[in-house]
Amino acid sequence: MPKPFTKLTAIAAPIMRTNIDTDVIIRIERLVGNSVRGTLGKWAFGSLRYLPDGSENSEFILNREPYRQAEILVTGPNFGCGSSREGAVWALQEMGIRAVIGSGFGDIFFANCFQNGILPIIVDKKIVDGLAAEIEFTQGAGRIGVDLEGQTIVSPTGQQHHFEIDPRRRAGLLEGLDEVLLTLRRDDEIRAFQAADRAARPWIHFARKQG
Amino acid sequence: MQKPGRTLLAKIWDQHVIAHIGDDTDLLHVDRHLLHDLGGSRGLLDLKSRSLEVHNPELTFATPDHAISTARGRAGTSKIGHELLAGLRTETSAVGIEMFDIDEPGQGIVHVIGPELGLSLPGCLIVCGDSHTCTHGGLGALAFGIGSSELTHVLATQAIIQRRPKTMRAKFEGRLPFGVTAKDLILALIGHIGAAGGTGYAVEYAGSAITDMPIEGRLTICNLSIELGAKMGLIAPDEKTYEYIRGRAYAPEGEMWERAVDAWRQLPSDPDAVFDKEVVIDVEKIIPQVTWGISPEHVIGVDGRIPDPKEIADPARRAAIETALDYMGLKPGAPIAGTPVDWVFIGSCTNSRLSDLRAAAEVVRGRKVAPGVRAWVVPGSETVKRDAVAEGLGKLFTDAGFEWREPGCSMCLAANGETVSPGQRSISTSNRNFIGRQGPRARTHLASPAMAAAAAIFGAIADVRMMER
Repeated sequence: MPKPFTKLTAIAAPIMRTNIDTDVIIRIERLVGNSVRGTLGKWAFGSLRYLPDGSENSEFILNREPYRQAEILVTGPNFGCGSSREGAVWALQEMGIRAVIGSGFGDIFFANCFQNGILPIIVDKKIVDGLAAEIEFTQGAGRIGVDLEGQTIVSPTGQQHHFEIDPRRRAGLLEGLDEVLLTLRRDDEIRAFQAADRAARPWIHFARKQG
Repeated sequence: MQKPGRTLLAKIWDQHVIAHIGDDTDLLHVDRHLLHDLGGSRGLLDLKSRSLEVHNPELTFATPDHAISTARGRAGTSKIGHELLAGLRTETSAVGIEMFDIDEPGQGIVHVIGPELGLSLPGCLIVCGDSHTCTHGGLGALAFGIGSSELTHVLATQAIIQRRPKTMRAKFEGRLPFGVTAKDLILALIGHIGAAGGTGYAVEYAGSAITDMPIEGRLTICNLSIELGAKMGLIAPDEKTYEYIRGRAYAPEGEMWERAVDAWRQLPSDPDAVFDKEVVIDVEKIIPQVTWGISPEHVIGVDGRIPDPKEIADPARRAAIETALDYMGLKPGAPIAGTPVDWVFIGSCTNSRLSDLRAAAEVVRGRKVAPGVRAWVVPGSETVKRDAVAEGLGKLFTDAGFEWREPGCSMCLAANGETVSPGQRSISTSNRNFIGRQGPRARTHLASPAMAAAAAIFGAIADVRMMER
């Protein structure tokens, strides 16, 4: 069950390259196994964070102060594209990220964020670029404020930006709702649908090996 | 006023709505839930730990593909890979989910076996914890990848919450030129509209080149929808689709078959259906494609040159190209053809079906893999493997110097110990050339099976059209 998300004021790190995919966020071999959760934070962005010899790449932003403390990522277009691996969200979460702000995200990554209490915010690219510029101008010291209830972002220099969010998802995050239990409350509707559908499309429901 | 026409997407979507639950958001019925070894047992264990039951085990099917080795006898499967396989067996059998196990007909890459077994059907809503689930859209199904939490939700409820996507129609018009395949068409489209060009859309592929295309090519087209950013890609079912499905192991038969086909005939988009976005591609201008960078949108024709960042005005784009060329170890402005390769991988849910292996074999026949090149063929399923062996393709590949492997995902995602070594260059029929996708610091060029086979023979990226018999 996701933890609720309401408000956050935190250090933010801009990762502005286009098309940062979920393979780059977490490599697949870190996700092989049924008990990987809790081990992923140090492997997030592994190919960017570490040099081939395993030492830290001091040029990568999340290896520098104050960005090591970042709880928000400001991201380039199409962040989280590619694989459906929810481990990408777990890895970000385990390294302390609670919100991501970008002009667009991979669709499956975007959905996975909500499942884990991470707030993905989509705003105009101009706003994203402006936030990144302000962060860099203050060398990371300027914090970003995010208020889910009020649907606002406050930039390091105090500029306020409104963002849109699906009301159902907003409510889910604010309250940390468990979607499985909510849907199971509609089990009568699910079963009624299936009963009617078994008559309408029996080939779906009675698929058995032929011959 | 006349009712406006409806799209294929709208027709399938509306048939699956259990309840409207928000702005454009519905609770949809899941007709087929496919599990694999990487996330299947985790989902089932998650459910068990929450004392929840699998809602419809008879609509759920499992197979190992991601984490198992494709070496003979599955030697090389890691300890964790074995645990995941054992977990999938135990947990599916405990709840009555059918599993297609290794060495059995039916096992294979989950997106190869769904269509092959007749589990994936037109008008069907299919989900799987894998982004390439869009593949099944090639049969006129609404199919998409989901995350682990959604997977648990589907196991527990047989339903999924989705916001209705916008619709895009991509029309491929014209006849395929010599040497050009489904893979080249979809790579060209990704190059044209970009890796985020389809984000938020369900893409319906249409046009004369799609109508003329056999089903396996359509599966390849839909497979790469997610590389456009589109979670869902689909193609209207037609007579070719019904012929492909008829007689498959789990397909309806007899009177049920007739009823199903009658229903499927209602699915294609109405002639007056309106899409949120339309793209038209002139197929006759496309030549064999190959990627040069770290996103599928970094793609050019095989006669093209690697982009030169100095010629790019936009600083963000220039920086992106510099990063890509640095990672790929390529010279700006150089022709892509002639780039030496160390590895050739023919396989993956994109291009591992019988027609893909035949296309590669046509190029390979009577020739040898270049010295120093390691070349693998990994059939998409046990059935593909057996059929290919029966028509002599297994022997043809091994005689030419390829390794002929067991079915699985293998080197497409490298979750199974099968990787390209650091710094080495691969030409691959898979779907992602991301940084590290085929192994840490591995350099991947995506291309069609015929192009990959040509590179294996030349030891370098080569124009397959030059290999006329």
